[in-house]
Amino acid sequence: MSSYVFRRLAAIVALAFGISIIVFLIIRLIPGDPVIAMLGTNAGEPALVDRLRAQLGLDLPLYVQYWRWLSALFQGDFGYSYGYQQSVMSLLEANIPATIQLTVAALALSLTFGMILGITAAVKRNRPADTLTMAVALTFMSIPSFWLGLLLILMFAVTLPWFDVVGGTSLKGLVLPAVTLALGTIGFNARFIRSSIIAAQVQKHVVTAQAKGLSRTTIFTKHVLRNALLPILTIVGLQVGQLLSGTVIVETVFSRPGIGRLLVQAILAKDYMTVQAVVLIIAIIYALTNLIVDLLYPVFDPRVASR
Amino acid sequence: MQLETELMKPATSPAIEEVVATPRMPRWRRVMRALRHRSLALGVVIVAVLTVLVIAAPLLTSIDPNAQDPMATFVPPSPEHPMGTDAFGRDLFSRVLYGGRTTMLASLTVVVLGAIFGTAIGLIAGYFGGAVGFVIMRLIDLLLAFPGILLALTVTAILGPGLSNGVIAIAVILVPIYARLVEGATREVRNLPYVEAAVTLGIGSRRIILRHILPNVMSGVVVLTTTWLGIAALWVTALGFIGLGVQPPTPEWGAILNDGQNYITLAWWITVFPGVFLSLFVIGVNLIGDGLRDELDPTIT
Repeated sequence: MSSYVFRRLAAIVALAFGISIIVFLIIRLIPGDPVIAMLGTNAGEPALVDRLRAQLGLDLPLYVQYWRWLSALFQGDFGYSYGYQQSVMSLLEANIPATIQLTVAALALSLTFGMILGITAAVKRNRPADTLTMAVALTFMSIPSFWLGLLLILMFAVTLPWFDVVGGTSLKGLVLPAVTLALGTIGFNARFIRSSIIAAQVQKHVVTAQAKGLSRTTIFTKHVLRNALLPILTIVGLQVGQLLSGTVIVETVFSRPGIGRLLVQAILAKDYMTVQAVVLIIAIIYALTNLIVDLLYPVFDPRVASR
Repeated sequence: MQLETELMKPATSPAIEEVVATPRMPRWRRVMRALRHRSLALGVVIVAVLTVLVIAAPLLTSIDPNAQDPMATFVPPSPEHPMGTDAFGRDLFSRVLYGGRTTMLASLTVVVLGAIFGTAIGLIAGYFGGAVGFVIMRLIDLLLAFPGILLALTVTAILGPGLSNGVIAIAVILVPIYARLVEGATREVRNLPYVEAAVTLGIGSRRIILRHILPNVMSGVVVLTTTWLGIAALWVTALGFIGLGVQPPTPEWGAILNDGQNYITLAWWITVFPGVFLSLFVIGVNLIGDGLRDELDPTIT
């Protein structure tokens, strides 16, 4: 058990190191002079150019630049956004809560409805209800989230003023973006849970339970579902990443504050320090979620730790 | 002799053969099987119709997709403009058809690029293994640490917006996914006796990889390609939609949706029609992917 935990921790440290190098290289890989590219219209001011050049230390050897950048990060210094005229840290502080709120809401939706649809399909396997549910799931996966968002805006802004359509982090304003972000993963989860249940139904201990004469409900809830739902833990880890990166599109459609929309605007404005910070934050949150999932797994499935 | 023919007879009789060849399936299973094929067929039909429509665009409309008409802005769908016009008076029917060319071709290019580079990397890492394989696969793991479209956005941030940069950026996401699948499959095949035999015979690595290993990992690559073509289309259009993909005025489904966003309450048709085409395309591709996976790769349920 402890060696399992140790291995997972070592892996995440190595991964975080790798992520930091890639993120660090973003600015250094820009073709041309990154300082000129970053300052855009402000590039005419020599004082500003000199200050940014000194700050990035682009004349120094790469490993020195990396070290300076990393130690600044650990002091909470993500650099300065020339586009927003404020520190990247304050931008992050202002935008992260809204994104977390949206991601958690979407994750809750995709698990709840994915499970309802997936279990329905598995129980009614090969009957019309199953075919219909799977057709719905495939459609959910195929509809582009930004188009769905636009349709919802069209529907609720024009005809049915039930939810706030644009802006704000109120609960009323959360519904449409969360549904938009979750729809694809609802479809995916429904299919995943269906096949997971079907795979669990043919295991030997289920046959034994049937032979013992246990009721179908008991077999399904205690012997099938418990095993079938375990892999969902892994899916949750992966899906947090999918949903976090999906906020890029959904926040843009709904003009909602958050780091996804911040990233798009920063890319368009060549605000590279903000780009670096957001990419780093999303990748690190994703890695940490998967670490938590890995550490939780042996709690639910003791076989994992002994592997 | 008589006895022998008597014994032979049942074994070769058509009745027995039929039973052996096609075990009698319950009706629901036969229906499901037919349905499964039907979904594959449905996907092929949807994608084929869309492909014909966008290729035949010059025959279906004589209006240039970029031709502006200041006198005919925001015209609702009408016989003259079946899908209406946009803020510049451009004919949406023409833009959706020509835009489909861009979207579909870009999506296809993305998966083909991802498949070629990812398969090559996976073959090399899986066949040679050792330190080379280890280093390659750790780099692949590192790329997979950036979820979903985030890696593509990172690449776009470096390369700048544009259609070809967007295609490259999304292909970069697919490379590690193909590489990981192909590496695993290659390692399995590499240890099979016939590959060992080829090595013993002194056949060069390149020939072994291309002639003996590649054909064995191809079915997985094909399944992955149809699975990811739909997602590639979603991402290509998403980049177009947020302004990082195709640049105006080139028509592309995502970019048209971006145009329509600002006038959504004024002109619903700009938002609705390209989205319907895009969704149908992705549904069709996903149906094909599901069908092919059932047919080619029985291990994935």
